[in-house]
Amino acid sequence: MLTRKDLLGIKELSVEEINLILDTAAGFKDVLGRDIKKVPTLRGRTAVNLFFEPSTRTRTSFELAAKRLSTDVINFSVPTSSVVKGESLIDTALTVQALGADFIIIRHSSSGVPHLLAKKLKASVINAGDGTNEHPTQALLDAFTIREKKEKIEGLEIAIVGDIAHSRVAKSNIYCLKKLGAKIRLIGPPTLIPKELEMMDLDVFHNMEAGLKDVDVLMMLRIQMERQGRGFFPSTEEYSRNWGLTSERFSLAKDDVIVMHPGPMNRGVEITSEIADGPRSVILEQVTNGLAVRMAVMYLLSGMRK
Amino acid sequence: MTKELMNKNDIDRALIRMAHEIIEKNKGTGKLCLVGIQRGGVHLAKRLASKIKLIEKKDIPVGSLDIAFYRDDLNIRKEQPIVRRTEIPFEVTDLKIILVDDVLFTGRSIRAAMDALIDMGRPASIQLAVLIDRGHRELPIKADYVGKNIPTALSESVEVNLVEEGAEDKVILEKAGKE
Repeated sequence: MLTRKDLLGIKELSVEEINLILDTAAGFKDVLGRDIKKVPTLRGRTAVNLFFEPSTRTRTSFELAAKRLSTDVINFSVPTSSVVKGESLIDTALTVQALGADFIIIRHSSSGVPHLLAKKLKASVINAGDGTNEHPTQALLDAFTIREKKEKIEGLEIAIVGDIAHSRVAKSNIYCLKKLGAKIRLIGPPTLIPKELEMMDLDVFHNMEAGLKDVDVLMMLRIQMERQGRGFFPSTEEYSRNWGLTSERFSLAKDDVIVMHPGPMNRGVEITSEIADGPRSVILEQVTNGLAVRMAVMYLLSGMRK
Repeated sequence: MTKELMNKNDIDRALIRMAHEIIEKNKGTGKLCLVGIQRGGVHLAKRLASKIKLIEKKDIPVGSLDIAFYRDDLNIRKEQPIVRRTEIPFEVTDLKIILVDDVLFTGRSIRAAMDALIDMGRPASIQLAVLIDRGHRELPIKADYVGKNIPTALSESVEVNLVEEGAEDKVILEKAGKE
């Protein structure tokens, strides 16, 4: 069972906890395939989406997951809130809690904000992305998708390609997949692969062709356009030429490789449309699985706040 | 202190009788399906289906149902129940569903199961088959087919062990613990 109030990161989860979340998500995925895609499980609860950074897909996914569980949802987005009037982070969170929130789903540009709130609040805090630290539900939905497609995770060769240094998705995925026994390799330019990760017993490739050989799962990361022109890579065109997933490079991976992307994609930069829309792509299934995984997380955490 | 209430043969005979009763009451196997409640009910539903097949030479569809999402005690339990798979690979609308569980006690699981089934469609009817009815209902629910009625005290518990779960087929009554 899950003996925690909050989901802050994958780093602190045990293998048993990760597997419990994935097994529970399978039960919720059954529900999503029915005509009535809603269960009364968390009736009368309230979830608040507290997003200090722009997000469409993660916020929508959490919103729909809560609604499928019969939980009421409030979206609290920054430009329309008192935060622009200078209200402090903790005051904002306490206000939201005083409105009766049972779950506070938070995204913030600073690492560690969810951890701070979790200490101050009685409500369950779910990290929906904090700075460059973690994005735990993305890693869980990725693991769920891999497990569904490959029927296991242990022993698989999984490559994560792109801007690993600034990616909380990559970090959560590395913690998660490593705990589940996968072999992880990082592919990207040296400026985008932090040295401390290289020490985590991961294979690092600074050459795309060499890195793609014999890969079972290929996780492409979004090249963060907002970081262009800061010297991490010369230009988008140059990045695409060296690290973009093209059909020629794709043929080096295993025949039954699956391709993943957390979205939103830069088509033609890190991945071509031919591959993103092709038969090996599971990108849209990741979105569906995200709903099931977020329902499972809310269900399991709700047992702990009494 | 424990007491054996049914052995392997008792369970088998009860299931054969229940299979006959199901066929008799429904005048055959037309539009019939079995849905077992996780976990014990799922094994019993499969056994009933094979008994019915021996009698009528017809396959009837079998599904499994997990009721965790529909429980009425999620706000008061210490921990959330484990979620198991719900696999009902047929349309329930217009079917006569035989809901199968191992032990009928308060009736709350059956209420949850009926709500879950009705969210999947509009069955023609829902009937209830249980191996053990131990009494103490808290809701107006009654079984249509019963393997064995066993009067119990609230402090006692009834355990149904099945070979499918790696045990020996057996029903045991456990008395409240004055060791």
